[in-house]
Amino acid sequence: MLQLDSASVAYRGKNALADITLHIESGQKLALVGHSGSGKSTLLKLLYEQLITQNNNPALIPQDYGLVQNLSVFHNVYMGQLGSKPFWYNLFNLVKPLAEPVDKVTKIVNSVQLNDKLYDPIAQLSGGQQQRVAIARAIMHDGDILLADEPVSSLDETQSQQVMKLLNKQFHSVIFSLHDVDLALKFCDRIIGLDHGRVVIDALSSSLNREKLLKLYEE
Amino acid sequence: MKSKSNLFTHSLRWKVSWLFLCIAILCIPFTDLSINTYDPLAELGRFFSGLLHPSLNNIGNPIDALLQTIAFAILGVTLGSVTGFLLSLIFHWRLVRITCALVRSVHELFWALIFLQIFGLHPLTGILALGLPYAATFAKVYAEIIDEGDHRAYNTIRHHSDFISVFFYSRIPDLWPHFITYTSYRLECGLRSSAVLGFVGLPTLGYYLNTAFMEGEYSEVWALLILFFILIGSIKYWVKAKLIPLYILIAPFIIANDSVISFDNVFRFFTQDIIPLPIRNGEPFHMLWQWLTEIFLNEALPGIINTFLLTQVALVTTGVVALLWFPFISRLFFKKAGRGLGHVFLIIMRSTPEYILAFILLLLWGPSMLPAVVALTLHNGAIIAHLMGRYSNELKLRQDKSYGLNLYAFEVIPRIYGQFLAFLFYRWEIIMRETAILGILGIATLGFYIDSAISDIRLDKAMILIAITAALNVCVDKLSRYIRSKLSLKTTAVCS
Repeated sequence: MLQLDSASVAYRGKNALADITLHIESGQKLALVGHSGSGKSTLLKLLYEQLITQNNNPALIPQDYGLVQNLSVFHNVYMGQLGSKPFWYNLFNLVKPLAEPVDKVTKIVNSVQLNDKLYDPIAQLSGGQQQRVAIARAIMHDGDILLADEPVSSLDETQSQQVMKLLNKQFHSVIFSLHDVDLALKFCDRIIGLDHGRVVIDALSSSLNREKLLKLYEE
Repeated sequence: MKSKSNLFTHSLRWKVSWLFLCIAILCIPFTDLSINTYDPLAELGRFFSGLLHPSLNNIGNPIDALLQTIAFAILGVTLGSVTGFLLSLIFHWRLVRITCALVRSVHELFWALIFLQIFGLHPLTGILALGLPYAATFAKVYAEIIDEGDHRAYNTIRHHSDFISVFFYSRIPDLWPHFITYTSYRLECGLRSSAVLGFVGLPTLGYYLNTAFMEGEYSEVWALLILFFILIGSIKYWVKAKLIPLYILIAPFIIANDSVISFDNVFRFFTQDIIPLPIRNGEPFHMLWQWLTEIFLNEALPGIINTFLLTQVALVTTGVVALLWFPFISRLFFKKAGRGLGHVFLIIMRSTPEYILAFILLLLWGPSMLPAVVALTLHNGAIIAHLMGRYSNELKLRQDKSYGLNLYAFEVIPRIYGQFLAFLFYRWEIIMRETAILGILGIATLGFYIDSAISDIRLDKAMILIAITAALNVCVDKLSRYIRSKLSLKTTAVCS
């Protein structure tokens, strides 16, 4: 599905990623781990752009959620499926929510426990609630592939577990960027560890354990 | 022992301020600031006595004048806003940016004079005269708003769907409040411009002001001015979001529509009138060059020099007046009652278009540069004073701060001077644009020669002079930006 050969990415002269060689098959649940600044987000962005050029259109949950503050939860989640309807349908729905989208969105919004907040503007939600809207939007988008950058960082233990399970079930191929190694080990079958922009670990979760991964965070 | 020059160095702002002050002082000997009327004080007295008994008796239909003013403003600003928005989406093309800069530099009145030649007194003249330069300005400001807005939602979903859906969902909702704020600012400008367009023949308030003035009917003048102030002052009561679409719908029916466009006129304008005479006569190239040189030496150059003199003097006097007036609305210097009066005073000065101020002063003092300098100073000084007053209210000062003149000189001025320079340099380009059109009133700036050319039906000459005016304006705009960036001054867009 995805192939990178000795790829590098630089920001303002400094190497964010160096010499990345990766081969990713479809159907894998992959986790990128590493300390902050190790290049996880950069790598995720690179993979996203590669998939776009291959005409794949994966679902995306960015680290800053990418929500529209002045719109409601309903409209933000609906944006996940903007491409499935013609532009005039979308514009009409923007002004007056239509029955079919409301139905679909309500089900998804309930699955992330935002039941009574369908028409609340994003600006009024807490960080954790906003993150769940971003998650709901990805679920609405559907499709085979999901790229998610720290998708449960603002959620509590129970919610995190529940959401990771839901996302794994919903998407065939997943690439997560996570700072929580326990979640990575539990929910993903392959783990890639980054350190200062280089791949230092690339193995199946079954062959790794907590101690080995925590070494990545030691300085 | 350190020498005195090492004790402190003057900042760039200090030096630039003195530079402009010196330029203005050097300009004054060449600027004609005489009063030429027979008995200016008596005339002034007669003018103000009209305020004691304003009357609308001799004016045919004052309500109609009001409605025409509003109709032209609404249609012009709507056209400008919609066109500007579409242009803002393609603003990354250099050609679009350059064209907008040039269109913007030509004042609405000059556009009106051009369109009068093409369409006569058809409403299209007024609507385009407002709409065209406004579209160029909207394009620039909207593009800036779009550029500075949050792109993150857009980046996340841009591959999901078509451009229209993506843009309307991920960008418009957060940009909308900014669009509305600026567009309503512009509507107020539009009402003022619409009134002034009456001076060149359109059936708005300016037309009746012109007539009343020419006849010396100062009671009428004051009645019309009061009507105008009420119009501007009451904006927040009748400009409501829900009513705007209604206004846009009925405006075309209200607008004075008894003239027809002669397409012969239109055709002749583009194929004959604006083609330079030597070319029309089939003369050799050196005759064209001679013709151009004559225009440049006899008309453009004196016009440019006078425009420059007037602009530089007015710029400095505006600055001085702004610094003197801003305390009137500042919490640091006056109590509520005083500030209330200060507000009323500044509002009157701000809302009266320079053109009307200059017109009044010209009739009282005669044709010299003095009316223009005073008109520009009062209007622009009030605008900047208003902005500085508001800015000074937000300063965080110590509890043991001084008061009165000490507070002003030592604590307030140093803190607000940067912002003051930012606003002043922003207004520089607008002041220059206004000096050009004040020429229509008889002051020998570029507008005078343009107006003369049009009266002589030498439209080819007029277009060349308008192009030169636009180019001059673009230069000053660029220079102003350069200075502001060198002095690290920032300013947000404000109505002219």
